[in-house]
Formats: sequence, structure tokens, C-alpha cells
Amino acid sequence: MSRLAPVFKELKRAGRSALVTYITAGDPDGSVSVPLMHALAKAGADVLELGVPFSDPTADGPVIQQACERALAAGTTLGKVLAMVKEFRRTDSHTPLVLMGYLNPMEAFGIEAFAGAAADAGVDGVITVDMPPEEAEPLAGLLKAKGVDPVFLLAPTTSGARLDRICEIASGFVYYVALKGVTGAASLDVQDVQQRLQVIRRATHLPVGVGFGVHDAQSAAKLAQFADAVVVGSAIVNRIGEHQSAPREMLTQVSGFVHSLRQAMDAARA
Amino acid sequence: MSQPLEKPRTFTESLRHLPDAGGHFGPYGGRFVAETLMGPVEELQAAYERCCRDMDFQGQLRRDLRDFVGRPSPLYFAEHLSTQLKGARIYLKREDLNHTGAHKINNALGQALLAKRMGKTRLIAETGAGQHGVATATVAARFGFECVVYMGSEDIQRQAVNVYRMRLLGATVIPVTSGSRTLKDALNEAMRDWVAHVDDTFYVIGTVAGPHPYPMMVRDFHACIGEEARGQMLAAEGRLPDSLIACVGGGSNAIGLFHAFLDDDVKLYGVEAGGAGLHTGKHAASLTVGRPGVLHGNRTYLLEDEAGQIRETHSISAGLDYPGVGPEHAWLKEIGRVNYDTVTDEEALQAFHRLTRTEGIMPALESSHALAYAMKLAPAMPQEHLIIVNLSGRGDKDIQTVASREGITL
Repeated sequence: MSRLAPVFKELKRAGRSALVTYITAGDPDGSVSVPLMHALAKAGADVLELGVPFSDPTADGPVIQQACERALAAGTTLGKVLAMVKEFRRTDSHTPLVLMGYLNPMEAFGIEAFAGAAADAGVDGVITVDMPPEEAEPLAGLLKAKGVDPVFLLAPTTSGARLDRICEIASGFVYYVALKGVTGAASLDVQDVQQRLQVIRRATHLPVGVGFGVHDAQSAAKLAQFADAVVVGSAIVNRIGEHQSAPREMLTQVSGFVHSLRQAMDAARA
Repeated sequence: MSQPLEKPRTFTESLRHLPDAGGHFGPYGGRFVAETLMGPVEELQAAYERCCRDMDFQGQLRRDLRDFVGRPSPLYFAEHLSTQLKGARIYLKREDLNHTGAHKINNALGQALLAKRMGKTRLIAETGAGQHGVATATVAARFGFECVVYMGSEDIQRQAVNVYRMRLLGATVIPVTSGSRTLKDALNEAMRDWVAHVDDTFYVIGTVAGPHPYPMMVRDFHACIGEEARGQMLAAEGRLPDSLIACVGGGSNAIGLFHAFLDDDVKLYGVEAGGAGLHTGKHAASLTVGRPGVLHGNRTYLLEDEAGQIRETHSISAGLDYPGVGPEHAWLKEIGRVNYDTVTDEEALQAFHRLTRTEGIMPALESSHALAYAMKLAPAMPQEHLIIVNLSGRGDKDIQTVASREGITL
């Protein structure tokens, strides 16, 4: 079964907001991803989000586009991403792990085979960026049947009727895209996000995560005061890109940054 | 192959009533976009449906198609070419004579009028050959929109004249340097722009692809091509044509010609870019050798590798250089209503020269694919056989490509 619900419950009891960290799997190559995942968990990430690289990531900004290009150039496939998860699970059976990607590579893998292989590998949730609830079957059902949560995005442009529909089929948590734009775009408006979260909470009891546009410890800390989870992606991937030829330095830099996010978020709730 | 019909199709059998409410043509089409775009896409659909019923809107569209675009475009009997080929009688639907030199303006005009109704102030577009970019820049100038066109840096090289035309019209042309630097990457970038500016921006998609309602809406704006051709052929020959031939990249000119004939006993041929030959892997024949997948908001045939990553494509004509195709074509292939085949770069070039010399009409390299196919089919046909080739654009934009291919520096 998915680790998401128990971990969110535990965090809520402890009065903490979850730190969700995103990296693109296989960026810059396959050897560094699993050590990075362990480093992220050790530095204070509560949930790991692992990007499945795609050739045409239309919802992503330049930072994650380039990460996808690096990962694909290194030969990363969905099969290899699942193998990374399996390897990670050999020494970490606690930290929830969510895949985030686009539908086409999942379909090329075979959605039934994917749902099974994801569950076997130890994946807890799957975000399929370009799969709205209207097109979510059969994948969402297949995932649920294997105990994997289909996680859905909510946006500033999501109407009330859509909000209800999405919350009905979502599980694990819902992911509020805090700005109209791609990943890593301009900074979000904290007050605006806070108001939207009140509306979302009336529609669902699921934990609500906030992401897109969280660049630094200050913005993470502000969101941590009211969001169940804060998702940081491009700011981490940027550091991976900067140090792509020096893996040790990369691990140090990424760990340091994630640790600073964790401290700032905890201080904001203290 | 299409079967001859013994009687006209009934309403429920008609192939002209798709897509369904969710934008599906059989298993193809639909809406596969990030949640942030779902609201804007629903808003667009509602606005489009209102405009379909709005007599003022339809009246203005008809007037502008007549006075600004120059419709109806002629149906021209290519007498010399037909005589030379000693076979079928070949007619050309002269979309090359439209304002801006291609069929693309039909759709750009329709979407610009819709954008105006929706109160948007900024048009964005993707372009491959530059024809859709020029058409969008043109309607932006006509109606006073700000205009941004995304174009692969590879295509900017190939189509320098069209880039300059767009700039003269006041548009900003943004080079796209990601991925294969062609049409698909321009589309990615336009979608990213749209998601960041949904409040004031209208995304003018240039082909019958993208999330619902685009494939339907773009088809509707181009359906005038086939509707006119039907009447023109009846007037010229007293009967419907036997075959229609059109090139297919995304497939907008083809669906525009075919749609009015889907329920008739008329053979339909869609011609994809065979590039350097299918065996080389350097082509853009998504229907002929691709498989179903999801890209750019719809489910359709795609050129992809085993892991589902989109492949780079090749064609001498930038307008056909796309790894997907409109979902309605995917459906028409699946039910066998349209025959899809390919023509190589070389064959298209030969057709370009032949039409230029025999009829004094210089076709776009895209349209040259359809012509090349007609030149293959026609000699085997009896003289009573009537073919319409959609001459979707004029070739002026391509003279640089043709010259450099022949080692000539202009």
C-alpha cells in the first residue's frame, strides 16, 4: 500500500509541513540518481518526486526541459527509472516516492504493465501531467488497484465543478500548481495561494501540496505555514545542472540546499 | 480502401458528425493537457460553440473570406499536365491564390475573429514552413492584436523570407532552440507561452491537432475548401470527382478538402512526407509507419521510439516536418476511409519542377507531395477519371530550398 497517507498523517500529528523534492531521474546520468535520492531523504525531504524524462515536456520550464534532455541523452527510460526506485527501496522502505511524468512513455511501456511494475518497485504515487480527469481511465483505476495513488494537479484556472471532480478521483494528496505557467516560472503570490487553499480544503480531506514557483527557503517557509506539503523542483534541478560534471559537489550542494529548506519550513511552523 | 456506397449514408452512419463531446474521433483526439490549460480550453470551446450559432460572427467570417482572403479559390483544370500524363483529368484547388499564399489564412482568420469575440488582445502561434505564422501575423495586423510566433531555429534558416514577412507585419518571431528545433518544438514553446498568459492570450493552432476543440474548429474553418470544390466540380463536369489528393503534415489542408466528401463515393488519398525514403528513418510519415500515442494535447499516430520518446523527423518541406498528425486522420486511417501513402523529397521536387514548367504554377513543396502522388496515379487511370489535387500553397517561399538543393546560390 501507498506510504503517502501514513506519512502525511504522521507529519500532521507532528505539526509539520512536508517537504517534497523533485529531481529528474537519470539526470545527468543513471549513476547519480539513487545516491541523490538518499541524500535528499537524509537532508530532510519527506516525499521524493522522481521525474520520468520526456522528449516534449510542455508543462516544464527550461530548467527541467534541459534535465530531460540530459537524462534522455544518457539513455534513461521508464524501465530504468523503475529500476532506480527498486534500488532505492533496498535501503529506504519508509520515504514515499511519487513519479511525475507525461502519459506517452507510460503508454509505450503498457499502462497495465506500468501499474504493476510501479507497485512492485515501491512507487507510492504517480502524477501524469498531461492526463486530466476526463482522460484518467483506465490508468488511474489500474494504479489504485495496485495500491498506487494517482495524484492530480489543481490550477488557479480550475473551476469549482472541476475541483470537485478531480478531488473525487485523486488519492494520496492533491498538488496545487500555484501559478499560471510552467515549472520554475516566476515567483508565486503567497496570499493568493492561501486563499485558494481554503477553497480546495472545502472540496477534499486529502493533504494539499503547493508547487511551481517555489525558488528558495523564504518562499518555502511562507507556504509551510498553511500548506500540507511544499514542492521544490527547478531550484534543485538547477543545482544538479550546475554541478553535472562533479557528482560529489552536486550531492553536497543539493543536500545543503534541501537542509536549508527543511530548517526554514520547520522554523516557520515552530 | 473505401468501398463504393450503394446508397447515401444516413445521419447516424455519416462520418461528418465527429468528434463527440469530449473531442474524440473513435479512440483518437480528446484533451491531454496540464490542468492549468483545461479551464482555458473549456472556455474556448464554449466561445466557439456560441460563434457557430451566431449569425453576426458567421456573416463577418464569410465577408472576410471573400474580401480579405479572396475566396472562393478557383478550381483549375490542369490541361497540359493531364494531357502529358495521358490519364485522369487533374484539377487543382487553388489555395495558393489565397491572400498570403496558402490555405492557412482560412483558419487564422476564423480564430482571430473568435479571439476578438473572447476579448483577447494577444495572438500566439507556432509555425513550420512559416505559412501559418504569416497568416497569423496578417490577421493580427488586420485586427490589431499583438502577435508572437514561435518557430524552430532550423526552420528559421530554411524559411528566411517568411520570417521577414512576419516581422514586416509587426509580429515578434521567437526562435526555438530546444529538441529538434522544428515545428514540434515550436508547438511545445507556444503551449508554454499560453499556459503563462492564459488571461489575455489566444493560441492560434495552425493545424487540426491539439486539445479539443482545436482539431474540430480548425477543420471547420478549412471545410470551405471542400465545399467550394464540390460545387465547382459539379459545375465544371456535372458530377463529383473520383479521387481527392492532399498532402498531410498535421493534415489541415487535407481535412479541409476531404470533409465535404467523406460520405460520398470518392476515393481519398493523404500523402505524407517520405523524406529520404522510409527505409532511411528520415521522414515524417506518422500515419504510414507510426503508432498511436499522446502528444500536444491529443491521442493520435506518432513517430516515437520504443520508450515513447518522440522522434526527430525529416522532410524537405518544413510544413510536413512533424511527428504527429491530426486525430481525425488517425480515425479515417483506422476505418479505412482514407488511403495514406508517402512521397519522397526527390519525387516532390520533380513534381515542383514539372507543374512549374507545364502549367506556369509554382507549388509549395508541401503541395508538391500531393502533386507527385497524382502524377503517379493519373497515368493508370482512364480519361473519365476526375482528380482534385489540393494545391495548398504557392512555392515562392521554397525557391531558396530548391536552389540550394541544386547547388545554386541566389
